[in-house]
Amino acid sequence: MKIAVLMRAVPDPVEELEIGDDGVDLDRDFLGYVLNEFDDHALEEGLLLREETGGSLTAYAIGTADEVTQMLHTAIAKGADSAKQLGEDLDVIDAHAQAAAFVDAVRDTGFDLILSGVQASDELDGQVAMLVAAALGLPHISVVVSATPHEAGLKVTKEYWAGITAEYEIDLPAVLGVQTAREAPRYVAVARIRQAQESGALESLDLDQPDPAGRIRVTAMRLSETGDGAEMIEGDEEAAAERVYEILASAGVV
Amino acid sequence: MAENILVYVEHLNGEVTDASFGLIALARQLASVNGASVEAAIIGGGAHGLAAKLAGADTILVGDTDTFGDFNPQGHSEVFAALVTSREPAITLVPYTSVGMDIASLTAATCNLPLVSYCLSVDAQDTLSATCQLYGGKVEVDVEVEGDRAIFAMLAGCASPDEGRSGGAGVVESIDVAVPDLGITFVSLTEPESGDVDITTEDILVAIGRGIESEDNIEEAQELADALGAALAASRPIIDQGWLPKSRQVGKSGLSVKPKVYLALGISGAPEHLEGMRDSSTIIAVNSDPQAPIFGVAHYGWVGDIFDFMPELTARLEG
Ligand SMILES: Cc1cc2nc3c(=O)[nH]c(=O)nc-3n(C[C@H](O)[C@H](O)[C@H](O)COP(=O)(O)OP(=O)(O)OC[C@H]3O[C@@H](n4cnc5c(N)ncnc54)[C@H](O)[C@@H]3O)c2cc1C
Ligand SMILES: Nc1ncnc2c1ncn2[C@@H]1O[C@H](COP(=O)(O)O)[C@@H](O)[C@H]1O
Repeated sequence: MKIAVLMRAVPDPVEELEIGDDGVDLDRDFLGYVLNEFDDHALEEGLLLREETGGSLTAYAIGTADEVTQMLHTAIAKGADSAKQLGEDLDVIDAHAQAAAFVDAVRDTGFDLILSGVQASDELDGQVAMLVAAALGLPHISVVVSATPHEAGLKVTKEYWAGITAEYEIDLPAVLGVQTAREAPRYVAVARIRQAQESGALESLDLDQPDPAGRIRVTAMRLSETGDGAEMIEGDEEAAAERVYEILASAGVV
Repeated sequence: MAENILVYVEHLNGEVTDASFGLIALARQLASVNGASVEAAIIGGGAHGLAAKLAGADTILVGDTDTFGDFNPQGHSEVFAALVTSREPAITLVPYTSVGMDIASLTAATCNLPLVSYCLSVDAQDTLSATCQLYGGKVEVDVEVEGDRAIFAMLAGCASPDEGRSGGAGVVESIDVAVPDLGITFVSLTEPESGDVDITTEDILVAIGRGIESEDNIEEAQELADALGAALAASRPIIDQGWLPKSRQVGKSGLSVKPKVYLALGISGAPEHLEGMRDSSTIIAVNSDPQAPIFGVAHYGWVGDIFDFMPELTARLEG
């Protein structure tokens, strides 16, 4: 099976976010980027499938930032056969434009399966995986928690809610939005990543800058209210435990 | 300008979901401002039988079919996209759920309409605009849509489901559901296995998130839960790692809980988590990140390290 995995760098969720001076985007000067967590699961499911069926796996990502290069080297170290880094100037673009860039890169490559994370934290104007499926006219399933080989296609488990799941059979080629891989994403030693850097398996592809086609305009951005209406407990852990004990007592549970 | 508002109605096991009723209520609110009519589309097996429940809509568009009776990401998306093309709604509302996630982006792409995701609210007075959450709920944005038509994928809790359940009887219309060559076949539905503990009936939940760092540290949270007579619950990453069974997961794809006390330890408060616990009577959150969105729904919060906090509270409870 020939598999493509679409990966994206997103602002590190544990970092402190600040709004830029323009008031409509993050202040990106000191922002750290990490691999979108669901894309990590997409890569893992792709690697498992490639191990089961043979073929090849290529990882794609957009952007020239060091974090993007590092992400792709890590994918190679984990077992991707090759990786493509898209773009001269494709950072900070909307989901529609990201999808267009991925579609440009994979359209004529004859993939059987395109995997991406089910969503990313910055997809204001749609999920990239589904936008890619629409552009390529391929069947798609999102919120996938398992994809295994079945006859000429795949057996796919999709999660609904309240722990309910549904099983589907899907023909190939297809696009899946992966929520969770069958196994927790594998770890890889730093030494292997260094090897990957030397391997030459990462290639840069220049693409035309796609139009930001989402057609929605951010008019204001702000940090969400935290602790609005909440009582924030001051002091050290001892004071916190004491106050929480009081709260539990007044809620009648201790 | 097209004046109607179209709602995608999801249903499972013969029930229309709360998220869909919520969207009908939201559509009604929007319609009352500018006199639009509310249309609800319900697609799949048994759709006819459920049409009567959608009384909050003026028109109920029913695509009853045996060909893809159960939810089929491709079949349902294509039928819905065709409907958006033919009915030309100004506003299309899709729930941002597991089902809606298959529908929203595909419909937007097929119909060449703007899509706004993670929406908390929509406004249609002058221009189409919305308020949305980004970056796991840490950031809120106001957006304006180009043009006079758009699709909005709404987060859970944007309107009250109960308000969407009532209303006069709408007009029922059948729609075409022919989809050539489906590449996807529905096989079966699996209900969750019940766990050793039913977290939906517990009075007190100690809920742990990725801040717990490793499986070995769960014992420390369990000791606190024991001292409190509470059950242990968790956010999704803890379940995905296999550290706790699925029956302990709170949130969008897990369970919704409403305990007397929800103690969230090392949980950031992503929208998918919040939708499962925000109605708890008392929410207490401990997180080292003062920007963590969990503090936005908590009644009490402490910014600090859970490994300092847990033993301290356990000792206080035992002492
Ligand atoms: C379709 C879909 C369905 C989903 N369903 C669910 C669901 O049902 N339930 C769910 O929970 N998620 C669900 N998610 C995932 C959700 O988007 C988040 O990824 C998840 O909730 C994050 O879990 P977390 O808060 O434990 O981890 P993180 O977001 O990584 O947060 C960890 C937090 O711990 C804090 N922390 C770290 N160390 C410490 C310390 N020592 N002391 C104090 N604080 C510390 C950090 O500051 C951070 O805020 C779903 C996602 C999708 C796309
Ligand atoms: N979406 C993104 N993905 C990866 N890197 C990004 C992204 N957005 C911004 N960056 C990096 O952050 C730096 C500053 O961004 P900017 O201020 O928008 O020019 C750029 O040089 C990029 O390398």
